[in-house]
Amino acid sequence: MAIKVEERELNLIERLYLVEVLRGLVITTRHFFRNLFIHIAQLFGFAQDQRGGVTYQYPEERRPIAPRVRTLHRLTKREDGSPRCVACMMCETVCPAKCIYIVAGEHPNPQIEKYPVRFDIDLGLCVFCGYCVEACPEDAIRMDTGILEFSSYSREGMIYDMRRLLERSPLPSSAGRTTATVDEAPGLPSVAVHPEIEQEKAS
Amino acid sequence: MEYLISFGVVFFVFNVIMGFGAILTWMERKQSALMQDRIGANRADILGFRVLGLFHILADSIKMFTKQDFIPPEGNRVLHTVAPMVALLFALLAFAVIPFGGIYEFGEYTVSLQILNLNIGILYVFAMMSMGIYGFVLAGWASANNYALLGGIRASAQMISYEITMGATIIGILMIYGTLELQEMVIAQGQLLLGWIPAWGILYQPLGCALFMTAAMAETKRVPFDVPEGESEIIGYFVEYSGMKFGMFFMTDFIETVLASALTVTLFFGGWQVPFLYADGFHFPWGGELALPVIAVMLLQAGAFIVKVFLFCFFFLLVRWTLPRFRWDQLMQLGWTLMLPLSVLNIVVTGLIVLLVNG
Repeated sequence: MAIKVEERELNLIERLYLVEVLRGLVITTRHFFRNLFIHIAQLFGFAQDQRGGVTYQYPEERRPIAPRVRTLHRLTKREDGSPRCVACMMCETVCPAKCIYIVAGEHPNPQIEKYPVRFDIDLGLCVFCGYCVEACPEDAIRMDTGILEFSSYSREGMIYDMRRLLERSPLPSSAGRTTATVDEAPGLPSVAVHPEIEQEKAS
Repeated sequence: MEYLISFGVVFFVFNVIMGFGAILTWMERKQSALMQDRIGANRADILGFRVLGLFHILADSIKMFTKQDFIPPEGNRVLHTVAPMVALLFALLAFAVIPFGGIYEFGEYTVSLQILNLNIGILYVFAMMSMGIYGFVLAGWASANNYALLGGIRASAQMISYEITMGATIIGILMIYGTLELQEMVIAQGQLLLGWIPAWGILYQPLGCALFMTAAMAETKRVPFDVPEGESEIIGYFVEYSGMKFGMFFMTDFIETVLASALTVTLFFGGWQVPFLYADGFHFPWGGELALPVIAVMLLQAGAFIVKVFLFCFFFLLVRWTLPRFRWDQLMQLGWTLMLPLSVLNIVVTGLIVLLVNG
């Protein structure tokens, strides 16, 4: 949406420039001393709930991510620990980046029919559209690990096989719930919490 | 012994300036960060100690010294190397006449915290600042790069325009104190008005002070007057510089900021004067005295000067991180059509008042 900026004639005081400069200086000075005061207070153990900056100190502090953010994939498990995937090839078919590679095999259980012998995702190609999650009829693939950093020195290292995709999934709990929420998923990096965002969540 | 004292004073002044230059690189980062609700550089550490990012000064200098020193193959090797030295040299030389403290008697020896007491004083400072332009123009010329050359030309055009204003703004103060010597001006500012107001230059020349500070800011070639450099998008005179040569240009900027602060303090804010502090201690206007030894007076006054300069460096950085850059035509318009007429007006009004008062 375009934003319409109303143009108006500057009045005399604004055109003099000096007054407006001083107003600008007042704003920046106020920020400076407010933040300086907070930092010094925190040095002595006060005002821990205040923040002297809006930035995150990244490797130590992470931005909280919303539950619906699409992050690194994982394959969910059955109760015996085998993948829920039935190798129906829906995700492989729908994938616009063609980054999923599945080899199907016959499952010993006649109720299940097929299971994936191989299930590779090439994260170097993946565009994180989430179509695979949408397409899956078995809720076997999810993108809720909360992991956003995965890098490798080689292209081969970006190809995640079934073992790596499974290892972040918990076994389904006995209550019959087969899904894990973001908070339960293991391997989730500890999330530094911002007080404001925490309040937003609570309300 | 006299040589030893002179050497000591030079050593003191040089280290204060270089210390200021180094601290300013840190201060600029941290101050701008606090002003913009950020944290600022804090990653460099020695054995896990970060000390508010102060080690970034060290990390920066190591980086500068170990980087490749690239000289453009078409460029002039000699001039390319000499240019940053010229710029830095004249910026440093200008400090020779700035009084960092008064004249103190230690028994038979006299210590003057001013390297050189020239009778042309302030003119020498302006001469050195004008010579500094050569560094920037040479840098542009020797780089064999049209953008660098244009940057150098912009630098010279801007410096010359604002030097005229700067020269005109201090004429008022010269008329009032009747001297060109900076030390004498500072001593004159030690008097009291109405018995209790320190007679600092800003009381006589508020307009002159504002104009002088603006012009001095333009002389340092930093935002909002950084058209010659424009390091973020338009390309300035040091585009072909790398390593410590670039670092020297950067240091020149900071040292010129210190110089601008030092000049503002010396001319308009009482230099090394502490209110009510005289050669033998404090004499308060409401009665009461506090006798101090000479060494304490010297330390207090030199300290006061350094603190004042520091505060003005803070102010200059504050302006630098608040205002956006002027467009080139706005810059020239401001200099020639607003500041120069105002400074001439300042001369005329001051002249009339001085004439009337001295009758």
